[in-house]
Amino acid sequence: MPGNSEVPPKTRGLTAIAGAMSLIAVLLIVQIWLLSATLESFLAGKRSSASPAAIFSGLMFLICFGLYLFVDRVDSDVRNSAGDR
Amino acid sequence: MNWLRRSSSEPLWKEEFPVRTADERYVTRRQLTKFLVLTSFGMFVGNLWILFRSLFYKPPTHPQQTVARLGDLPVGGVKLFTYPTSDDHCILVRTAENEHVAFSQKCTHLSCAVYFSRESNRLECPCHNGFFSIADGSVLQGPPSRPLPRIILEKRGNELVAVGIKVS
Repeated sequence: MPGNSEVPPKTRGLTAIAGAMSLIAVLLIVQIWLLSATLESFLAGKRSSASPAAIFSGLMFLICFGLYLFVDRVDSDVRNSAGDR
Repeated sequence: MNWLRRSSSEPLWKEEFPVRTADERYVTRRQLTKFLVLTSFGMFVGNLWILFRSLFYKPPTHPQQTVARLGDLPVGGVKLFTYPTSDDHCILVRTAENEHVAFSQKCTHLSCAVYFSRESNRLECPCHNGFFSIADGSVLQGPPSRPLPRIILEKRGNELVAVGIKVS
């Protein structure tokens, strides 16, 4: 198994991006569940769950956005390192 | 805010349409990530919308409407009516000599019309076999997760009058 230094930067970049994308996908599934549960509870007349759900959903969106910035950065880093060579 | 800015010297169109296959993989992954994050934003907006509706919720006022005369229905009898608007179909059931109950006829799963089953003494939805209690409209079985909205009835002389809707 090659060490981390032997793996080409492009492959390493793709692995990092795949990891970030998996995390985003998991957060998205939780967000979809949260939205459907909140809607169900709202339609049932229980309105107290709306504010914590909105806060958690906002947090998850911020994490997703942070991961997107990470992906964008990895992408441009790999591109620049390929351009330097 | 340097970390937000793309530091590449290449123009954007060159980044989006690369010549090498290896670079193409990056573009597709970046675009998918962007799409996922936009979807996440959509979910957040949906939650904000529910929060907005909850904060500015005003309980609706319902009209009073005579739905039946006390002697009209036999025990176990059913009458269909609309309340509060002509698009809201409801079902009235005489469950005992001096007891009437009324519920919205719209199943809380996918809005099929529920009917009263005398044999099982419950309200049933024929679409996906959702069963509701005749006593309080709660879910007994099936895919619906919410009880049926109950029509509040008042006896006024010889008449049954619908005065409101209880969603619980």
